[in-house]
Amino acid sequence: MAKKYSNRYIFVYASIMVVVVALVLSLLATLLQPIQERNIRLEKMQNILASINIEVEREESADVFYDYIVQTKILDQEGEEMEGDAFEVDLEDEIRKDLEERQMPLYITEVEEDTLYVLPLRGAGLWGPIWGYVSLKSDFNTIAGANFDHASETPGLGSQIADEEFESRFKGKKIYDQEGNYRAVDVVKNGVDPDDPHRVDAITGATMTCDGVADMLYEGIRVYEPYFNKQ
Amino acid sequence: MSENTSNQKEPLFSYRNKKLISNPIGKENPITIQVLGICSVLAITVQLRPSLVMAISVVAVMGISNVVISLLRNTIPPRIRIIVQLTVIASLVIIVDQVLKAALYDVSRQLSIFVGLIITNCIIMGRLEGFALYNKPWPSFLDGIGNASGYGAILLAVGFIRELFGSGTLMNQQVIPGFLYDIGYVNNGLFILPPMAMIAVGVIIWVQRTRDPELVDAS
Repeated sequence: MAKKYSNRYIFVYASIMVVVVALVLSLLATLLQPIQERNIRLEKMQNILASINIEVEREESADVFYDYIVQTKILDQEGEEMEGDAFEVDLEDEIRKDLEERQMPLYITEVEEDTLYVLPLRGAGLWGPIWGYVSLKSDFNTIAGANFDHASETPGLGSQIADEEFESRFKGKKIYDQEGNYRAVDVVKNGVDPDDPHRVDAITGATMTCDGVADMLYEGIRVYEPYFNKQ
Repeated sequence: MSENTSNQKEPLFSYRNKKLISNPIGKENPITIQVLGICSVLAITVQLRPSLVMAISVVAVMGISNVVISLLRNTIPPRIRIIVQLTVIASLVIIVDQVLKAALYDVSRQLSIFVGLIITNCIIMGRLEGFALYNKPWPSFLDGIGNASGYGAILLAVGFIRELFGSGTLMNQQVIPGFLYDIGYVNNGLFILPPMAMIAVGVIIWVQRTRDPELVDAS
């Protein structure tokens, strides 16, 4: 270690190191990218299927996806259909746009004779984005199923929104009250009557994440109202 | 920690080399004795599964980075050695992250940000600086694996305790039987919160030092 290194040596050393590392990393990223993108696509299909209560392994989701999804649409703010492939719409970009320009994907599915409408949702949790899919029955009022996921909610607390048990609490809830006013579903603390059509019990210790879920549902379903009203 | 200068070839698993693995798991444990790497212990031990994957990832990163630095040790200019070490660690962590995303997608989703946080794990740089820079690749590899295992062992112990009492599950499987809940047993919410990790590590340190008075700091 006592050796003296010249400045030239240090600069050359650092430069070579940076080039080698950059090469290795970009090569690896390019090689793995198709596999990673495939995983993400499959997971999206799996999550959409989960929201209509069809549980499949991620690897199998592509095979059965179009058995259930009979039609996909992109809607504008008036509920009119737009051109394009709904599956390719990235909600992360869309929710940043103004309502006039926003593309809203809709998946129309058929499960055992029932037509279910799957709406993708995206919102903010405590630490990062949360997203999910909620399926509505053809009365555009009753929730048939829900699926949530998150990027970085606290493990064991906020992360429980992605648990089946939490997701199942939304089944059968209604988004409109008796008078037909839009209510969506609130996530509240201190216990709820399971029969209350507009409320579900929150997760202890995950208030912020649960508030995020409630906001996401409220804002995310509301933009589809023009479409509901046309049906 | 001087370099092994004898010309005689040392057996791969000599007494001294074995000590490189076993010491950091016990008497020189990076967490309980050197009190390093505490932040990740608090953050990811709510459940056993992320603890396990984190432990394996750290073993991989630490083993390889120790070897790489050891191979380069005679070429690294001391003035930029920290930068070189960081570059090696950061690259390896990115590789681990990318490979997890491709091969073990579910696990990588669970670990999310924590993989990136391996970079900040002070144990790794501590071993590069303290051992790999002055030793041959094989002992460095063992030292890396040993220290990472010592870290992983504590991670698993804390994860086990916290998931069992905090959620009543292990690896997401219910283990505390339902009838106990029926007669009034409740999961302890404190175990889910980070302070419990601190307490659990504290108890492990206490037990270890009680059993081995040599480790007690006299001052």
